[in-house]
Amino acid sequence: MQDFLNGWGLTLVTFVPMLGALVLLAIPKRNEWSLKVVALGSSLLAALIGVFLLSWFDTSRAGDLQFVVDKPWIETINSRYIMGIDGISLPLILLTLLVVPLCIVYSFDHFPEPRNPKSFLTLLLILQTGMVGTFVAQDLILFFVFFEIVLLPMYFMIGVWGGENRRYASIKFFLYTLFGSALMLISFLAMFFLADGTLAGLDAVRTFDMRALSGGATAAIARTSQVWIFAGMFLGFGVKVPMFPFHTWLPDAHTEAPTVGSVILAAVLLKLGTYGFVRVAVPMLPEAAAAWAPVIGLLAVIGIIYGALGCLAQRDMKRLIAFSSVAHMGFVMLGIATLTPFGVNAAVFGMVAHGLITGMLFFLAGSMKERYHTLEMSRLGGLLKQAPRMGWMLGFCVMASLGLPGLAGFWGEFPAILASYSPAAILHQGVFRAYMVIAAVGTVLAAGYLLWMLQKTAFGKARKEFANSPDIKDVKRHEYISWAPLLVLIVVLGFYPRLLHEATDPAVRESLEVPSIAGSAQDCLDSDDGWTCFDERRTEIKQTQGN
Amino acid sequence: MGLLGAFATTPAVFAAEAGAEVVKAGGWFLANAWLIPLIPAASFLIILLFGKRMPRGGSEVGITAVAASFVLGLLTLVQWIGAVNAAGDAAVSPAISKWTWWISGGTSFTIGTLVDGLAVALIFVVTLVSLLVHIYSTDYVAGDVRYTHFFAFLSLFTASMLFFVLSENTIQMILGWEMVGVCSFVLIGHWWEEKANSNAALKAFLTNRVGDIGLLIGMAILFFAADSFSVVKINSLAAEGSIAHGLLLAASLCLMAAVMSKSGQFFLHTWLPDAMAGPTPVSALIHAATMVVAGVYMVARLFAVFFEGLAIAGSSVNALAIMGGITTLVGASLAFVQTDIKRVLAYSTISQLGYMVLALGVGAWTAAVFHLFTHAFFKACLFLGSGSVSHAVHSFDMKKDMGGLRKHMPHTFRTFVIASLALAGLAPLAGFWSKDEILAGTGGWGAFGGTGGNGAYTFVLFMAMLTAALTAAYMTRCVYLTFFGTYRGHGHPHESGRRITVPLWILAVFAVGAGWTNLPKGFQIVPKGWREQFGHYVEPRAAEGFYFPHIAHATPSWTLAAFSTLVVLFGLGAAYYYYFVKVRALGGSATELPNGLTSRFRIARLGHRLLARKYYLDHLYTDILAKGTAGPVARGAYWLNQRGIDEVVNQAGRKAVSAGHVLYDKIDQKVVDGVVNATGRASHGAGEEIRRMQTGKVQQYAGVMFVVAALIAVVLILVL
Repeated sequence: MQDFLNGWGLTLVTFVPMLGALVLLAIPKRNEWSLKVVALGSSLLAALIGVFLLSWFDTSRAGDLQFVVDKPWIETINSRYIMGIDGISLPLILLTLLVVPLCIVYSFDHFPEPRNPKSFLTLLLILQTGMVGTFVAQDLILFFVFFEIVLLPMYFMIGVWGGENRRYASIKFFLYTLFGSALMLISFLAMFFLADGTLAGLDAVRTFDMRALSGGATAAIARTSQVWIFAGMFLGFGVKVPMFPFHTWLPDAHTEAPTVGSVILAAVLLKLGTYGFVRVAVPMLPEAAAAWAPVIGLLAVIGIIYGALGCLAQRDMKRLIAFSSVAHMGFVMLGIATLTPFGVNAAVFGMVAHGLITGMLFFLAGSMKERYHTLEMSRLGGLLKQAPRMGWMLGFCVMASLGLPGLAGFWGEFPAILASYSPAAILHQGVFRAYMVIAAVGTVLAAGYLLWMLQKTAFGKARKEFANSPDIKDVKRHEYISWAPLLVLIVVLGFYPRLLHEATDPAVRESLEVPSIAGSAQDCLDSDDGWTCFDERRTEIKQTQGN
Repeated sequence: MGLLGAFATTPAVFAAEAGAEVVKAGGWFLANAWLIPLIPAASFLIILLFGKRMPRGGSEVGITAVAASFVLGLLTLVQWIGAVNAAGDAAVSPAISKWTWWISGGTSFTIGTLVDGLAVALIFVVTLVSLLVHIYSTDYVAGDVRYTHFFAFLSLFTASMLFFVLSENTIQMILGWEMVGVCSFVLIGHWWEEKANSNAALKAFLTNRVGDIGLLIGMAILFFAADSFSVVKINSLAAEGSIAHGLLLAASLCLMAAVMSKSGQFFLHTWLPDAMAGPTPVSALIHAATMVVAGVYMVARLFAVFFEGLAIAGSSVNALAIMGGITTLVGASLAFVQTDIKRVLAYSTISQLGYMVLALGVGAWTAAVFHLFTHAFFKACLFLGSGSVSHAVHSFDMKKDMGGLRKHMPHTFRTFVIASLALAGLAPLAGFWSKDEILAGTGGWGAFGGTGGNGAYTFVLFMAMLTAALTAAYMTRCVYLTFFGTYRGHGHPHESGRRITVPLWILAVFAVGAGWTNLPKGFQIVPKGWREQFGHYVEPRAAEGFYFPHIAHATPSWTLAAFSTLVVLFGLGAAYYYYFVKVRALGGSATELPNGLTSRFRIARLGHRLLARKYYLDHLYTDILAKGTAGPVARGAYWLNQRGIDEVVNQAGRKAVSAGHVLYDKIDQKVVDGVVNATGRASHGAGEEIRRMQTGKVQQYAGVMFVVAALIAVVLILVL
């Protein structure tokens, strides 16, 4: 089994959904039942492989890449088919593998208009391949391909199954992220030409091998070039996160997307951006990351406050939840900006927690829309009276989302605040302490808009127009099935954060280590005179190169 | 002593650096105190899942669980007393059990329990009051729509508070602190069908979140200063001066913000009176034993931080003492103008919490904890008493719906009066002893000729003294309006049932007797072994490298005690004269004099309005800050988002398309196509068919190319 997983595990977990999608194409449209079963089956099969990967994953060396596949792919540019996972990618892959089947279960009998289950499910499965692929890829070109594969299904999902304003939202989503990706690709190419693979022990000088690039191959690149390359990635990943001020596609996309689309968007898609920072931008260019960190931190805390204020101005529940993502991802980015293992750990935790909680909130919003046919908060009210269990779940998710200790959200938020009290030594402490205070203020605003939403929708008595509506029923069976795992995980991770940290902690430390023949980047980040440290490191490496 | 002996453990004595001995406390109950919060937490889950199917709707589970915690807490207390006895003159270090919870970036987070005198005292208070509240509630909320749900959250509330009290590290404190906040949110908003109730719940939670900013930052500072979350380590390092004073000052100021919101200190106290929207037993629990004392407890727990950070010793003023002093006056003055009996008590709680904070501010640690202890009993008694009254008259309005109830509700009346006198601080009831110890602890001696104290906090003493007079006065007013005169409400009020009166009497007994646990040193009527017992077992003795700062203890003087009693009697007497003599003379249904001060003097009227409007703080918070943020500020930010940032994106798109149009119309169609057309014309006759096909493709191709080029151009312009 071990051998099989080592050789085929990651390839299978990535492409099984894609195969499922191909099978779906062969099944006639009217054969709805088999379409659904095949789709669910293939996503469950992928999840099963995920379970196997998890059980054979060696947590004692979670910092190392495991199940690595390394095969030649596009030889002319020395791009290889490299896949592997460590403690950072594992939880995100599992999150993806969990969310997609839940989405299929959720939409099993309720496909959004204009239905067409065949195309819907096909797109969903292609989407899954793209997302999982991004998390397992260890070659930049491969990574980029998967990163882009995600765009198209999501574009169609919003554009076809979306709300009234779906065309605008889908085009905006597509063009905006594509614009970011274009710059990101330029950065990847620049790195390809400037890095030196031999420094990381490869035979070739030019490489897209992410292991080498985050293993010292970039250490000799001049600081200015690093900073520019980072800027490209910053835009690419920053749009995806989304960071203020590149966030405006998000509320539109979320508001218009069908429920399942919103869930996937919130639960996984946004994490592609933050994952990019943790996996690509920071470890490959630690020096530039240090130069950019104050900016990232600033945009992060602006996002926290700004997103919260945006929430307070909303009248539509779904749009409010969408805006809250801007604020929550701000905490994640703040954690990353500290450039400490503690902060990045918080960020990874925050990604998973946000995925679970906000995903769940979007599920709830979708189901409420199904019942009330509107999410206009001034028209809602009394959910706890009319559908008490659903009201309770909403209250629970609101509490989780505002970072209540004991639930998952807290362990992403508070450690990020804590970490910014004491960022990496190379960074300016005072600046980050100011960020800390602003972020802490953000937690109050978060409580404000979330509780306000809860009050508007769940408390009080039912409005007259809905008082006798036959549509308003409590949680149904398919909703129970698709929500229970998320709710349980929110509690479990809240009580036992170790579950996640066991895996992420070694991997995060490894990712910030960035060794080279002249000392690790971590040492320079930890040094009060970090810039000189980086310079000396570069000079020493160049001398070796010269020899 | 037989029982004590059974639990006493053999102390392992080890010498601390500079002579003072520190003894480790050990024992099964001390080491396994985690059971105490766990039992009610389990009960929460059981009630939530199965409560509705149980014969008594889950209340039986809640009561059993809290009773079990109470017994365990009692055994822990006994074992702690045994450990202190066995240690003799040596200091006893707290019993700590902990486990690693998780690890991140080299920092390990632990979870565990810390049991010392302070913790066992609080456990006793919390479990006892909670147990009585549980029993009382079985009658009070009987028939409520969410009866089961109510008991489930009472259990969780108790569990959270116990978890908080037993915190071994600061992360755990934050956890417990927030859990308590959420439970209060749920319970205050218990009847969320009414907007006013859910508003109150929201207000409570949000105000507490404001203070939490301070909590998070303060704890972050302490963590990095001590490189540990451990309460003991933080305290020890702070006490021995290993942490820079500036950091301690910053941390204590931040944590003070948290105390301000949680313990209802001026100027974040405004949520507390509104929290009366919850069922009365919840109010009793919130005000007496859980929630609001969390802030006071946190200061007491991390006292070395505050003691060193605020330089309490040798000073005559500091932020903590002043915050407490102002709060105690603000609360007492606002209690005067309330017509709602629960609101009188709410403001009284604010005032008494101010007393405790003030005591901590002047370094009278034991006095503060002692006051927390005694206050819990008489305030719980008062709240439950007011609940009993409202149960009978279906209202909380003293002026409109009460009066003359002493004949109808004798048990409620007697216990209420006993607790009121205890609150007013009349000897020999509980409040007297703890209040007087605080007054003595201020060290603001002046004319009273005593010794000791950590500094000379004369101004604070003055504030506390004034409050004592006010307290006696407003409680007299409250008692008169509720129980004397003639009944002004509807129907026939009757005494509540046993499940309500028995808890009242138990609490009344404590309101009388709790003060005797810490008789002052100079009280030589009783044998020495009876004096200062509370302090002996609760206050950690100072030792080198220990987790408690070296605080000085005041020696109380008889003159001060006599004077403060006079002050109380004056307040009581003035109010008595006003209500029991003058108002009563107008007839049983009168509630105030028609030609009182407010109708005669403009300044008094202004003063009354200022009080009635609660110093306009609610106006400032709700109307200006909250509505301002949710209204103009949020709308402004959103406008900026839509018209500013998003507009850039939309414009970029629109411009790119229109640039494409321009290029297509002007250049592509005219120039390129013109060239092609010209070429075509030039090669006239050289195959019309081919030309047509070609231009079609060229047009498309050029169109796409120009649009893309335009897009890139716009992007470049925007970016560069």
